[in-house]
Amino acid sequence: MKILVGYKRVVDYNVRIQVKPDGSGVVTDGVKLSANPFDDIALEEALRLREKGVAEEVVVVGIGPADLTAHLRNGLAMGANRAIHVVTSDAVQPLTAARVFLKLIEKEQPGLFIVGKQAIDDDANQTGQMLAALWDRPQATFAGKVEIADGKATVTREVDAGLETIEVELPAVITTDLRLNEPRFIKLPDIMKAKAKPIDSIDFASLGVEAHDHLKTTHYAPPVKRGKGVMVKDAAELVAALKQKGLL
Amino acid sequence: MSERETMEYDVIVVGAGPAGLSFAIRLKQLKPEVSVCVIEKASTIGAQILSGAVIEPQPLDALLPGWRDNPPPICVPAGEDEFWLLSKDSGRKLPVPPGMRNHGNFIVSLGAMCAWLAPQAEALGVDVFPGFAAADTIFNEDGSVAGVSIGDMGVAKDGSHKAGYAQGIDIKAKVTVLAEGARGSLTKQLIKRFKLDQGKDPQAYSIGIKELWQLPAGRATPGKIVHSFGWPADSHTYGGSFIYHLDGDRVALGYVSGLDYSDPDYKPWEAFQQWKNHPSLKPLLEGGEILSAGARAIVTGGYQSLPNVEMPGALLIGDTAGLLNVPKVKGTHQAIKSGMLAAEHLVANELKPAGFDAKLRASDVVAELKKVRNIKPAFKKGLWFGLLNAAWETALGGASPWTLKNKADWSSLHKLGAQEEPKRDYVQRTLPPRDRLAGVYFAATEHDEDQPIHLHVSDTSICVTTCAEEYGNPCTRFCPASVYEIVDDAAGKRLQINAANCVHCKTCDIKDPYQIINWVTPEGGSGPNYQNM
Repeated sequence: MKILVGYKRVVDYNVRIQVKPDGSGVVTDGVKLSANPFDDIALEEALRLREKGVAEEVVVVGIGPADLTAHLRNGLAMGANRAIHVVTSDAVQPLTAARVFLKLIEKEQPGLFIVGKQAIDDDANQTGQMLAALWDRPQATFAGKVEIADGKATVTREVDAGLETIEVELPAVITTDLRLNEPRFIKLPDIMKAKAKPIDSIDFASLGVEAHDHLKTTHYAPPVKRGKGVMVKDAAELVAALKQKGLL
Repeated sequence: MSERETMEYDVIVVGAGPAGLSFAIRLKQLKPEVSVCVIEKASTIGAQILSGAVIEPQPLDALLPGWRDNPPPICVPAGEDEFWLLSKDSGRKLPVPPGMRNHGNFIVSLGAMCAWLAPQAEALGVDVFPGFAAADTIFNEDGSVAGVSIGDMGVAKDGSHKAGYAQGIDIKAKVTVLAEGARGSLTKQLIKRFKLDQGKDPQAYSIGIKELWQLPAGRATPGKIVHSFGWPADSHTYGGSFIYHLDGDRVALGYVSGLDYSDPDYKPWEAFQQWKNHPSLKPLLEGGEILSAGARAIVTGGYQSLPNVEMPGALLIGDTAGLLNVPKVKGTHQAIKSGMLAAEHLVANELKPAGFDAKLRASDVVAELKKVRNIKPAFKKGLWFGLLNAAWETALGGASPWTLKNKADWSSLHKLGAQEEPKRDYVQRTLPPRDRLAGVYFAATEHDEDQPIHLHVSDTSICVTTCAEEYGNPCTRFCPASVYEIVDDAAGKRLQINAANCVHCKTCDIKDPYQIINWVTPEGGSGPNYQNM
């Protein structure tokens, strides 16, 4: 079986996000970028399936500008066999990403498409679900545990009520939640080996995907800052202060 | 334990700062077939670089002709220079000393500049590895340096291996080039092992604390460079500030305190925050926002403290050697030049370090240091003496027949009550951040809490006994990130090390009066994540 892994690059989770002064977006100049943590979990799961002998090949796929190759190399250093880079300098929305992935699926015919449940930049939580619908295949979202046997995936999902275990026929889409696994550290010699692994570049325009923006962002604004607190002497003063604010 | 995996290079460079990257670039330009890698403890190149920074461009012109057509992302030509003496309520503008005239120089973010240099090194075939910390040096049977070992990943606080444990590898090389910056942790060991400081003065340091601010539109004057001294430092503490106006309504500002201060109650971070509230500066910052903040030790010992920079199998370049020019408040040009010189030396001598020390000392890198060697040490005798002496030394071009001595910074701390407390004429602060923890938030520092503490204190029993009595635990005050805390709970009074807050400035390793704190590299990728610092 071949596994395709959606592998997005986002602003690193340690970065303090700053909104541009004109509200047109967030600052990305000089900002550290790294793999979407949920996609790292997806890649780790794919690699473990390969190590168990369930899969033979793991392919990381990314959509983005020319310098995305450095990010895909990290996926290769983690252990993916090869990478596919769909080159575009435009921002990609979830439906467009799902359509691109479908094109790659048609070409690669994987047994499983695995991707993070959401990316930590736009937090859309849509691409996996949209892809399953377009592909007309089952989906198992928010995976906390994955087992594959006899052409089926048994997936334990993290849902509001607790854990829910479902069985889906492969090929399918799985989206990964935080507790599925802990991604491995990249080793130095593997970075060197990754340099020799192939990255296929495909021009976005050549895929014939409609790059329509379904969502329009009006503006960005940072959360309202918390005001200064007031110290009160005792409970009576607290009650009085709350009453004055009309909260009691 | 299993045999560690090994990789081999002709040359390994420890540290992807201006010295290490310039070295690697120059080496590849001269001899493309030499294999060279640069390892860097920060998770991304530039994330743990903190500097003013106004740089002299000549070394860049020599290293990368044409760089001006493709400049680093933050690069503002120097404009007007100002030099101020501050009192608590006002200030007096003084003539700008020759070393601080910046016409022709550039204000950059050194972090962004390193992130810009790294891909240029990679394009020449240098392997640059961010996120990998050099934990130790390895040696050949004949005692020469054989390379470095990379720290293990996934070790728990108690030393056991976590689920994702990955053993570090050894990188062996014909030459190891240490470019760790001020007070490098491997350099420190090697100086001791090879007695590189024999016959030299002890090294001296300052601590620089910096913030990058976004101001309301139109308030900054791109290119403007302001330095000050005086308040809030008392006349026996070496302290000075910088304000560099960048483009995009940003200003970089910082305060430098000489780590040879003697008052155990001195708080470098507080001095920085006090200075920000001076009436000459506060109106500039009010209504603005902090973008990034951090701290770093600066090497200031200069000529008389410069160690032997070569040893069998290795050499030192940049600030880890100690090449910063204090009166100029610049070290980047020295870092780049020493890196280039080291590359040229190795290429000319079949990758043998021997002879590099003599070559460096005969170069204009050290000539520059010799000229200014007496300026900083004279400030030990007070501000006015220091200024008069600086004028004298500058007029003579450093031709005085004497050389003033440096003392180790840790030894200059007075015991509690041994001297009259300097009058700290401090104000009620109103600008953010409120305290050190609020400040460290802007450093975006990150360490997995479940890893061995990377600040080794060899004897913590001293903390609540001898040190509490003699110095009142100065570590709780000199650390700009509140790493050291004396807690008193059910388990009794003891030192608590909040290692996860550490911004890798190395001040504790330098200033601790008992010299029992040893800063070692944490798990690779840990530490501050500065943006445009």
